[in-house]
Amino acid sequence: MFLRTVWAILWKDLVTEWRNRQTFSAMLVFALVVIFLFNFALELNRGAQAVVTSGVIWVTFAFCGTLGFNRSLSAEQDRGCLDGLLLAPVNRAAIYVGKALSNLVFMLATAVVVLPVYSLLYNTNLFIPAFLLVVLLGMLGYAALGTMLSGMSMRSRMRDLLLPVLLFPVALPLLVAVVKASSGLLEGQPLSAVRHWMDLLVVYDIIFVTVSLLVFDEVIED
Amino acid sequence: MRSGHPRLLLSLSIAASLLLCLALWAVFRYAPLELNMGAVQKVFYFHVSANWAGMLGFLVALVVSVIYLRTADLKWDIAAVAGIELGMVFTAMGIVSGMIWARPTWNTWWTWDPRLTTIAVVEMVYAAYFMLRQGIEECERRARFGAVYSIVGFISVPLTFFSIRFARTIHPVVIGSGDSSNQVFNMTPAMLQTFLLCLFAFSVLFVVLLWHRLRLGLLAQEVEDAANACWE
Repeated sequence: MFLRTVWAILWKDLVTEWRNRQTFSAMLVFALVVIFLFNFALELNRGAQAVVTSGVIWVTFAFCGTLGFNRSLSAEQDRGCLDGLLLAPVNRAAIYVGKALSNLVFMLATAVVVLPVYSLLYNTNLFIPAFLLVVLLGMLGYAALGTMLSGMSMRSRMRDLLLPVLLFPVALPLLVAVVKASSGLLEGQPLSAVRHWMDLLVVYDIIFVTVSLLVFDEVIED
Repeated sequence: MRSGHPRLLLSLSIAASLLLCLALWAVFRYAPLELNMGAVQKVFYFHVSANWAGMLGFLVALVVSVIYLRTADLKWDIAAVAGIELGMVFTAMGIVSGMIWARPTWNTWWTWDPRLTTIAVVEMVYAAYFMLRQGIEECERRARFGAVYSIVGFISVPLTFFSIRFARTIHPVVIGSGDSSNQVFNMTPAMLQTFLLCLFAFSVLFVVLLWHRLRLGLLAQEVEDAANACWE
């Protein structure tokens, strides 16, 4: 039952997105523009790249993630869709998990385009399996936290403005771990060298997912 | 109707001021001059005490936030705000006093050391807390979101510290460290007494301020309720 609800929500979000393609295209274009901007801001030449790449990529993902999170729950407010969801006799946690998963899918979809483009533009290889694993783990925790916090920011008068303010300081440990793990891997270190960051990342994912699951009821309840 | 301050609060306030005066005297007159760092080491007493009081504030906020989510009684929310406000003020004092110490000792106002970075993030988290509250008019929801955010923030802060800890730290660990590297001094009995006195003075000050703030919050609530009653 739980999984069916999660799947229903995820499927609904994906179909909606497929039909209007608003969130994804905004996230994607935004991410690409940010990467272009970084090119001029940091003079991303070959020498500087290895160190800077992971920072650039994660700042980009972090910002474009907030675009998606902002949309995901506030889009439901239109014509009382959220009330409908909340009235449905299902576990609220399932609604949260479904929403977080759809946010994760949007972020991953952005990554699927951004990473090859980045590799192409800066003549570097980002297709290191371990790095892709870091991307997945990082986005998982980030989406978990962002989805929960967007439930609060959308009720505020500041709305979209508020989410980054709420999200970034709290997500900082995750972002630090993810940037460190990525930069290690992109510099060509083996997985074992960044193993402690990976472990930390898994621990953070577990903590953030659990906490978000626990408090989401309080966030969405009314 | 309540009128005036409760007697215990009044005497505690006086006690806090006296204790602070005593602490100041102890820092400058009683505690000996530290061998390597000289007079600037005296920042240490108030620096640690302020940070201690700051942490107390956030801890109080965490506990009452959890209680609020359990009971949905608005007085716990008022307590959470009081705790976080005090936490921010004391932590800011800690940061500023730390900078004053760091400039002559480390030759820089700021470094990206785990403790410094974490404490800066703490201030950001709780600044975000107030921004979140500001944007929500309905007081029950404001309280609920505030409680959730203060819990999430409190969980995240030690993780931040842990994350950055992987980098080497230059912040001295005075208490509970066996090593005697640079900038770490062994406290003489007089220093230890002074330090404990400062800690105690700040704790009392914290309790007094928390009580005042709590009282203010409850009174404000009463006024608001009365005003609403008039309108209806």
